[in-house]
Amino acid sequence: MGFPHKPHDKETVVLSRYFGDPEAKTYDGWVKRGGYEALTKALSMQPAAVTEEVKESGLRGRGGAGFPCGFKWTFMPKEKKGPHYLCCNADESEPGTFKDREIMRWTPHALIEGCAIAMYAIQAEVCYIYIRGEFTEPIRIVQAALDEAYAKGVLGPNAMGSGKPLDMYIHRGAGAYICGEETALMNSIEGRRGNPRIKPPFPAQSGVFGKPTTINNVETLAAVPHIINRGAAWYKGLCLGNPKSTGTKLFSVCGNVRRPGNYEVTMGFPLGELINELCGGMPNGRTLKACIPGGSSVPILTKEETERCILDYEGCVASGTMLGSGGVIVFDDRADMVYQIMRLTKFYAHESCAQCTQCREGTAWTVRILERILAGEGAPPDLDLLLDLADNMTGKTICVLSDSCAAPVVSGIKKFREEFDAYISGAKAPALART
Amino acid sequence: MKATGAYEAVFTGERRAALDRVLERYPTKRAALLPALWLVQEARGWIADEAMSEVAQLLSLTAAYVKGVVTFYTMYRQHPVGRHFIQVCTTSPCGVCGAEDVVRAVLEHTGCGDLGATSRDGRFTVIEVECLGACGFATPVLIDDDFIESVTPETVPALLRRYA
Amino acid sequence: MSAPHELVTLTIDGVSVSVPKGTMVIEAAKRSGVLIPHYCYHPGLPVAGVCRMCLVHVEKTPKLQIACATPVQEGQVVTVFHPDAMKAREGVLEFLLINHPLDCPICDQAGECELQDYVFQEGRSRTRYTPTYAKRFNPVEDFGGDILYVPNRCILCTRCVRFMDHAAGEPVLNVSERGDRAFIGIHPDRELDHPWSGNVVDLCPVGSLISKDFLHKARAWELDKAPSVCTGCSQGCNVILETRQETVVRIRPRSNLDVNHFFICDHGRHQYRWMNRGDRISAPLVAKDGALAATDWDHALAEATAVLKGAGGTVVVLASPATSTEALFLAKQVAGDTFRGAFRVERVAGEAPLDGVPNLALRGERAPNVAGATQLGYGEDFDEAVAAVGDAAAVVVLGDTLDGVPAQALSGGADIIYIGTTLPEVARGARVVLPSTNVAEEDGTFVNRDGRVQRYLQAKSGPGMARPAWWVLAELVAAVDGGEPAASAAAVFDRLADAVPAFAGLNHASLGTRGAMLPANVTAGATA
Repeated sequence: MGFPHKPHDKETVVLSRYFGDPEAKTYDGWVKRGGYEALTKALSMQPAAVTEEVKESGLRGRGGAGFPCGFKWTFMPKEKKGPHYLCCNADESEPGTFKDREIMRWTPHALIEGCAIAMYAIQAEVCYIYIRGEFTEPIRIVQAALDEAYAKGVLGPNAMGSGKPLDMYIHRGAGAYICGEETALMNSIEGRRGNPRIKPPFPAQSGVFGKPTTINNVETLAAVPHIINRGAAWYKGLCLGNPKSTGTKLFSVCGNVRRPGNYEVTMGFPLGELINELCGGMPNGRTLKACIPGGSSVPILTKEETERCILDYEGCVASGTMLGSGGVIVFDDRADMVYQIMRLTKFYAHESCAQCTQCREGTAWTVRILERILAGEGAPPDLDLLLDLADNMTGKTICVLSDSCAAPVVSGIKKFREEFDAYISGAKAPALART
Repeated sequence: MKATGAYEAVFTGERRAALDRVLERYPTKRAALLPALWLVQEARGWIADEAMSEVAQLLSLTAAYVKGVVTFYTMYRQHPVGRHFIQVCTTSPCGVCGAEDVVRAVLEHTGCGDLGATSRDGRFTVIEVECLGACGFATPVLIDDDFIESVTPETVPALLRRYA
Repeated sequence: MSAPHELVTLTIDGVSVSVPKGTMVIEAAKRSGVLIPHYCYHPGLPVAGVCRMCLVHVEKTPKLQIACATPVQEGQVVTVFHPDAMKAREGVLEFLLINHPLDCPICDQAGECELQDYVFQEGRSRTRYTPTYAKRFNPVEDFGGDILYVPNRCILCTRCVRFMDHAAGEPVLNVSERGDRAFIGIHPDRELDHPWSGNVVDLCPVGSLISKDFLHKARAWELDKAPSVCTGCSQGCNVILETRQETVVRIRPRSNLDVNHFFICDHGRHQYRWMNRGDRISAPLVAKDGALAATDWDHALAEATAVLKGAGGTVVVLASPATSTEALFLAKQVAGDTFRGAFRVERVAGEAPLDGVPNLALRGERAPNVAGATQLGYGEDFDEAVAAVGDAAAVVVLGDTLDGVPAQALSGGADIIYIGTTLPEVARGARVVLPSTNVAEEDGTFVNRDGRVQRYLQAKSGPGMARPAWWVLAELVAAVDGGEPAASAAAVFDRLADAVPAFAGLNHASLGTRGAMLPANVTAGATA
């Protein structure tokens, strides 16, 4: 539901049902709301059957990549030769995204239950919940829930009376966007710089501590208990016509909208409706100018594209962008797109891990060129240069941070070229002091 | 940078016990590095070179390795800061909602003047940070471990009064 | 595990090449004659895959692939000079240059700089980085030991960090900070003084890590290079002697996977100063009226021949274990049946291993040819041999500098033939002094501690009339025993291989530049 606002009729509230309900944070409150029934049920099934159910549901990774969750679990070795690990990616750092934060703040036991079911399915005894360091409140709440879960025997050496151990620990990040990338996250758990690793090997072969590992996003894992409880068919039915994108999705809407917040809708929901109806449209009579629908790393949409965009994995691709993490950033007609794009690239330049040349040098150079344009010192060839650098930064590095920096630049120049030209020609007064 | 005066070990008594509990969670000592650095920062407010050496020794690493890790993660502070450390998000989603005005208000009301500087009374240090992950609650501000949502220039003075 | 010889055939730029399964494309390309541009990759270090310079086009893959981390596959079609790959690499070079200073004229690396080379090969001719932008600046840092770090030139390939982490096993370097603020940092209280740390200078593909010792000594293109073998200990690391105008100015490792992989220790690296000594004997000397007088080779050799021919008893040979196997062999021959050979060697307690490479260390035995001397029958009973000089018919000093040997020990009546590079006071009582060349000035072989026979080649000319010890001794052997003198070190070695069973079957040509094990040591000592 559109926390902190009242739920909207057009929402389909599954994950966010108890947002704002303080009792749901506690073990007793959670059990009263049907909590841990799914875990009990899962433990009575064969692990492969749990995986099969999740696979059948069509649940796809909610962290950004959209990889089918159950399918990912099948990559883990069937025959266990040593420890298996689950890592829960709670490093939510993609600008525009703040859904996992709410799941952890309001329904920490939903996450614990989802993790426990996933651990059972992939035969892991240990799960690390990697929470970004800035999330002080979610860390406190999830830790309190973990303490309760241990006290109640959900976790521990004899989890749920199964005779098998399940251990879950929070690993606190310390300020690095890139640790949301799964291999960087594993390095960070291992006590290393958060550098993404070259693949192969893939995590299911050699992940954290060199052992088979699965990494899932908070929202993905929180959806698992519902799938186990109500069945894959129910979950699959929560879509608006596209069987490749199923279930509900939390969209974090921010920027220039009247009611920013998290909205839970079924896959296939129209983006325009989300912004204009659920979020109440633009504030103070402003009009929509642009929207980034999937977190800051995906291409920008114009007003017209936004109004036509369908919010599921394929729908976003059809609109020339990506569903990503579901972080919807809305810009109204006052927004200076050149400045906003510069600000986004500055984020990536700040967060580049420094490994790959294109990313380390290219992100910072891109910022400099944009700053020069904003200072009224741009020249016409600068735009072609930006596009060429973006090309050199795309698809050539270990991870996609470099690509993510390039995406808004390319789509921004393509769709809002006149704003760049206005700075370059001098028609618009400089927004930054001269360099 | 180095600590001023004689260095006192961080990991004694209860903090040493806390580190031992952390070590039980991981199959390697190295993996306890991030938690150990958090324990140092909680105890001292920042992480001095000597503390990096202390952590390195406890975890069978080298101080050079530890420093490489410390400098990667921006939340680890390599310099002393004021009694209260204020982090204001200014990434795009908050930026379009007026985050830069919040920064100006915070700088003015803390008396810090500049980003990264500590106020003359030693009370505050203010920095801008990239996305705090609460974009729907612009502008989020992290003061020490308190995560405060929806800060506006108008709410800044009252907010700061809570931090002596 | 696949069979060790399972081969995979692929095509690289139109050339078909078969390599063992598990080989990376970058190594397969070398075999097909293509050097794929790269910075972070080094065959002696774990793969990092970060510089992204070795991007190549691989058919049926959606993205360009890094050749250093892409294993070969049957039927794979790799195109190094594909337009997409070339554009990507040109992009990497441009990104590397934006913060790199244009200080090649004062940079030690110029001329042997991989950034220069690849920019020249595939880079853009003009920068698109506006000149008004300030480049990243950090001051030069003294990393201790022999090493300076020039951060402005650094391209963050991390070879140095990986060397210290994985090869030296002493992680004192790190990557500090992130993004374009990143640099190579060093342990706050440590120096780069590991006995093998000098290798980071060789590993650095640009002029970021530089040797204080070599600083501004020579331009790379002025150097002449000769393959040689390190004289610092009995490990026998393969090296290159680099000379400028007949002066050795630098020693660098030469790769040999059977001995030193790609590395040498700092002790070995500094074994060049003595090669340039100025106080050399430059002419043969013979005793005349109680003093030594310069003469020509014919006269000096005739004097020496007279000594040896007239010797009716033991001929004591006091040899240095840093002498070539060829000279040691001939000295034994010239002494004939009455040979008594001895050497002494500096032995230092403890070794300095390079942890990441098996069987590689700076050895306590600080001479390169102890095994060769031993194989040829020289004993490590130097003091006893000196004591026996009084009863000897003649003494041949071969390379030993007679340090600590008292003059009276040599004054017992036996004539002394002194073959060496410098003339110590105590040798002034010799009947004949024959000036020899040092390791940099001659061809020869050493036998390392594992029994590997390795050649070294001449790097510069010797002073004045000095000749290789093997030449001097070959002349004496011919004069004493009759026959033609051997005309080259290789010819001496052939006679050695015929005469000494331990060396049977070996010759200079087959030793090549990587050496070969003594037949008896092939199974015992081979590590490859």
